[in-house]
Amino acid sequence: MADRIILQVTRYRPERDKTPTTQDYEIPLRKDWSVLDGLNHIKDHVDGTLSYRWSCRMGICGSCGMTVDGEPKLACATFLTDYAPGPLRVEPLSNFPVVRDLVVEIGDFMDKLSTVKPWIIREDEQPPADGEYLQTPTELEEYKQYSMCINCMLCYSACPVYGLDPDFLGPAAIALAQRYNLDSRDQGGHERLDVLSAAEGVWACTYVGECTRACPKDVDPAGAIQRYKVTAVNETLKSFLLPRGKR
Amino acid sequence: MSENVDYSGFYARWYRPRVSRFWWLRRRSYLLFVLRELSSVFVAWFVVFLLLLVRAVSQGEREYQRFLDLSATPWMLALNVVALFFVVFHTITWFNLAPQAIVVRLRGRRVPGRWILILHYLAWAVLSAITAWVILG
Repeated sequence: MADRIILQVTRYRPERDKTPTTQDYEIPLRKDWSVLDGLNHIKDHVDGTLSYRWSCRMGICGSCGMTVDGEPKLACATFLTDYAPGPLRVEPLSNFPVVRDLVVEIGDFMDKLSTVKPWIIREDEQPPADGEYLQTPTELEEYKQYSMCINCMLCYSACPVYGLDPDFLGPAAIALAQRYNLDSRDQGGHERLDVLSAAEGVWACTYVGECTRACPKDVDPAGAIQRYKVTAVNETLKSFLLPRGKR
Repeated sequence: MSENVDYSGFYARWYRPRVSRFWWLRRRSYLLFVLRELSSVFVAWFVVFLLLLVRAVSQGEREYQRFLDLSATPWMLALNVVALFFVVFHTITWFNLAPQAIVVRLRGRRVPGRWILILHYLAWAVLSAITAWVILG
């Protein structure tokens, strides 16, 4: 195995570049190095001007999403040796505006996320003295998968619908809405209905399924969206057929 | 930090990449998705073809014979072979996606996706057999 590998890193310096360019960096190829370790090596020893986001190094924080050899990946969970002998392309996440180098602007996702109210909503909040809201393992199983989302936005980067129609609510926001909708302690499903069942909500999804393949935490946003389509239809039918009190 | 660096001046200069018109050629999965979407046109064509058949049958022997002659023309055969390919493709790709969207619980346990897939194919086989029996029997 060669002991060095070339990273072809996208650079965009807004103070001097009109469009992004590519810069090659030759770095040591070590068995236990992820792409993030490679970038850290560049930052520390080769070129301190390279910008990228990272934090935990262990697939929890969701900060280091980037496009590695054309695929959206977490840089901390993608190993250099899998791409040997290289060269290896490292680009910012697709479908987002680029702020600098590998750093993308994530405000759009953050705004959308809050519109689905991703927290437990109660109609009858009981005082803390009355104890916890208990839940069985089966009830936990119902939404646990969706609670694994780390907001890394790889699914947005993989989704061609989001690329073509930036108004689309997007995979992670819908999966996180389902995380609360399916939680037995939550009573706020009707408050999320309007946003989720809008044209830019679940109905914009054409079920490409790339979000699920890109997800590093096996959340399956595509499944969450299709399941909510069924819920949205049921709720709409109920609103036509049932008297107000029984909905 | 140098005082002449004006960060707020660069703040709005985000680079907004454009989605290429040929984005669907970038990945095999995108291409399969676009073909699956396109296959709906052929599904619609088969519905129209069936309605034309029903109309021909309802209008008597001569119209029915004319429909059969039309169906036997080379261009119609070619169209229907292509349509058949797309309809099968449509069916298989949708069936493969079904377990992701359909969550069934039996006695508190989620029915494995494989079973949902098998039931879909079984239903397809049974319905095809009944159709073949009606036509050929």
